[in-house]
Amino acid sequence: MRRLEHIGLLALPGLTFLAVIFALPLLLLLLKSFQIDGQVSIAEYRLFFSDSYNLTVLWRTLRVALLTTLLALVIAYPTAIAMSRARGIWLSVFLVAMVLPMSVGVVVKAFAWSIIFRTRGVLNDMLMSLGITDAPIRMLFTESALIIGAANVFLPFMVLPIYAVLRQMDGRLPEAAASLGATPVFRFFHVTLPLSLPGVVAGCAFVFSLAVSMYVIPSLIVGERQQTLSMLTARSFLYLRNEALGATISSILLIIAISVVLGSSWLANRLGARS
Amino acid sequence: MTGTDRLFLTLSWVIGMGCVIFLMLPIVITVAASFTSSSVYTLPPPEWSLRWYQSLERRSGLWEAVTLSLNLAVVSTLISLVLGTLAAVAVTRGRFRGREAIATFTVSPLMMPGLVVGVALLQFFREIGLRDAHWSLLLGHIVITLPFVMRTLLASMATFDFSLVDAARTLGLSYPRAILSVLIPNLAPAYLTGGLFAFLASMDNYPISIFLTDARNKTLPIKMLQYLEEQPDPSLAAISSGLILLAVIVLVIGSRTVGLNRMIQG
Repeated sequence: MRRLEHIGLLALPGLTFLAVIFALPLLLLLLKSFQIDGQVSIAEYRLFFSDSYNLTVLWRTLRVALLTTLLALVIAYPTAIAMSRARGIWLSVFLVAMVLPMSVGVVVKAFAWSIIFRTRGVLNDMLMSLGITDAPIRMLFTESALIIGAANVFLPFMVLPIYAVLRQMDGRLPEAAASLGATPVFRFFHVTLPLSLPGVVAGCAFVFSLAVSMYVIPSLIVGERQQTLSMLTARSFLYLRNEALGATISSILLIIAISVVLGSSWLANRLGARS
Repeated sequence: MTGTDRLFLTLSWVIGMGCVIFLMLPIVITVAASFTSSSVYTLPPPEWSLRWYQSLERRSGLWEAVTLSLNLAVVSTLISLVLGTLAAVAVTRGRFRGREAIATFTVSPLMMPGLVVGVALLQFFREIGLRDAHWSLLLGHIVITLPFVMRTLLASMATFDFSLVDAARTLGLSYPRAILSVLIPNLAPAYLTGGLFAFLASMDNYPISIFLTDARNKTLPIKMLQYLEEQPDPSLAAISSGLILLAVIVLVIGSRTVGLNRMIQG
C-alpha cells in the first residue's frame, strides 16, 4: 500500500513540538553555557569549579544521589523477589503499595517526611514514648533524613524494573541448578542475580538520575542550609538573578543526566549481549 | 527446599512487607495529621477534627491554583494524547529509517532533569518573546505529559494487530475514521493508564512550572510550597489528603478497568 509510505508524516506534529519546545531550548542552554559574548569559552565552568563551595555542593549532590540509589536497591531487591513469588491478595498488596505512592505527588510525600522528621514530630514522639531517647533528636535538616525521604519517593522506580525481569525469568532455571547440586548461595550469585542485572541497571539509572536532580525533596527536608546542585540552580535564577551561574549548573546537571542515560544503555546492551 | 532457601525467602518476605509499610507511611501520616484538632503535627492527634478542612476556605488563592492545575493537566493530557497517537501510529506502522530513534526521543523528557528543562524553557520563551505565563505553562506541561502517553501507546501498539485497521479500510472507512473507531477503542486500556499517569504528572509538577509562573498564574504545587513557607499549619495536610484522594480514585478506576498489573507496566 502506497499509503504506508506517507504514514511516517503523522509523527511530524509531535516531533516538531518536542524538537522546538524541548530539544532546542536544552541545546541553546548547553551552547550558551560554553559562550561568553559570542566567543567559545569555558570560563564559566572554570569559575564554577574554582569555587570550593560549589565543589562541596557538587560532591554532596553526587553522594546523596549515590546513597539514595544504594538504599533503594538494598530495600528493592528482596522486595522484588518476594513480589515475584507473591500470588493473589499478597500480589495486590504489593501492587497497591507501588502504584498508590507513585500516583501521589512528590510535594505531598516530601511534606509528609518533613512532618515525620520534625523535632517535635512523629518519629521523635515515638522514640521518646518508647523510652529510646529522653530528648528529641534533630533529624530534619540532616543528610540521613534526606536520603531516607528520597529513597522512599523513588523506591517504586527501583522495585518495578527488577520485578519485571524476575517475573519473566524461567523459575525452572534455579531449580535446574539446584538439581545439579548448586547451593542456594551459589544459585543466587550465578543464576538469579546475573539474570536480573538488566532490571537492576535500569532501576539504578532511573533512581540515580531522579535523585541527582531532585529539588522539592531536599528543599523541604534539608532546606537552604545544605544546598544541592538543583537548589543552587533555582536560587541563582529565582533569587540571586545570576543567570550565568544558573545556566552553568543546569548544564552540569544535564551532562550528568545524559551520561547516566548513555552509560546505562551501554551497560544494558553489554549485559544483553552476554546472556 | 533446603533450610537456607527457606531463610532467603523468609528474609525477602520480611523486607518486602517492611517496604510496603515504608511506602505507605507518608500517605498514612498525612491523612492522619489532617484530621487533628491541634495546630501542630502531633500523632495521634489529641482530638479528631475537621477544622483544617474548614480552614481551606480562607486560604487565599487556593481555589485559583486548583483550577489552574486541573485545567493545565486536562488540556495538556488531551493534546498529548492526540500528538502521541499520531506519532505512535507513525513509528509502529511506518517503513522509514530512524523509527527507533524517534521512539527514544519522544520518551526522553522522562530522563531529563525537570529543573533543567524549566530553566531552558524560561530562557527560550524569553528569547522568542513569549510572555504569557498561561501559554508557557501549557507548552511546558505538554513536554511533561507527552512522554508518559508515548511510553504506554508505543508499548501497546507494538502488540496491536493492525490488520483490523486495514479491514475497516476495506469496508470503506477512511484512515482517520478507521483509527478512531477501531484502533482507539481496542487500545482503551493504554489510553486510560497513559492518560491518567500523564494527568497526575502534570498535577504534581513543580520543577518546570516554577520557572514559567507569574504572580497571577500559580499552580497547586507552587502554591503549596508557598503556604509551607508562610504558614505551615495542618491545613497543608488537608490539601495533601485531597490530592491523595485523587490518587486513590485514579487507582480504583485503573484497577477496575485495566488491572493493577497492567498499570505498573506503564
